[in-house]
Amino acid sequence: MKSLKLAAIIENLDQFIFFVHTCSEECGFKGERAMEIELAVEEALVNIFSYAYPEGEGQVEMRCTQGDGKKLVIEIRDKGIPFDGLSRPDPDTTADIGNREIGGLGIFFIKKVANEVRYSRNGDMNVLTIVFQ
Amino acid sequence: MDLNVKNEEKGTLVSVTGRMDAVSSPEFEKELGRLIDEGNINFVIDLTGLDYISSSGLRSVLVTAKKLKGKNGQILLASLQAVVKEVFEISGFSTIIPIHESVEEAMATL
Repeated sequence: MKSLKLAAIIENLDQFIFFVHTCSEECGFKGERAMEIELAVEEALVNIFSYAYPEGEGQVEMRCTQGDGKKLVIEIRDKGIPFDGLSRPDPDTTADIGNREIGGLGIFFIKKVANEVRYSRNGDMNVLTIVFQ
Repeated sequence: MDLNVKNEEKGTLVSVTGRMDAVSSPEFEKELGRLIDEGNINFVIDLTGLDYISSSGLRSVLVTAKKLKGKNGQILLASLQAVVKEVFEISGFSTIIPIHESVEEAMATL
């Protein structure tokens, strides 16, 4: 298991992306699939950067574990306010341009590109688990 | 992300290279906003060199498209890489923002 823990601020996005890029490469993912992994991670992190700590600063930790075969399990953990984005309805992807909104699209992308995604609240911690195969 | 702007006969060609993520996308939105304020309303965005886009990138494209709609302008996307195209398709954006195979094809429709 590899782990990276940094302040939950947008300035750290590049470091997290570089970290997950390395993990996915070691796991054998490349090209389009590697980009999808980065997409899921960015969307999850940006939500945390934006909403997890409304009252101040906090941290976010990313854990990457290589499963059997070509499998990458990514855990994203924060101690922010409880937030289960997965339980929200999917955005309307058929609305016309005037009514189109971006909210919820990030979580929707994660669901679309990952093989599996789970949320749990463990004590004071949000844990989002994203699995790629 | 790098932006290259070129004024063509029928519109403004903006070539985007690199990544449009939560860090870089505001720059795209700002630059396109500046070009619109200068009076440009017809854009072709060449995405040949764009390797990656997230929902933040889509947001900046949407904001630009909404601004242009109010001015009877257009934003056309051209030459998308597979992973970028996938993001536009999953989000349904490919039905509200015209996507063309090549810059030439997009320019021809302006």
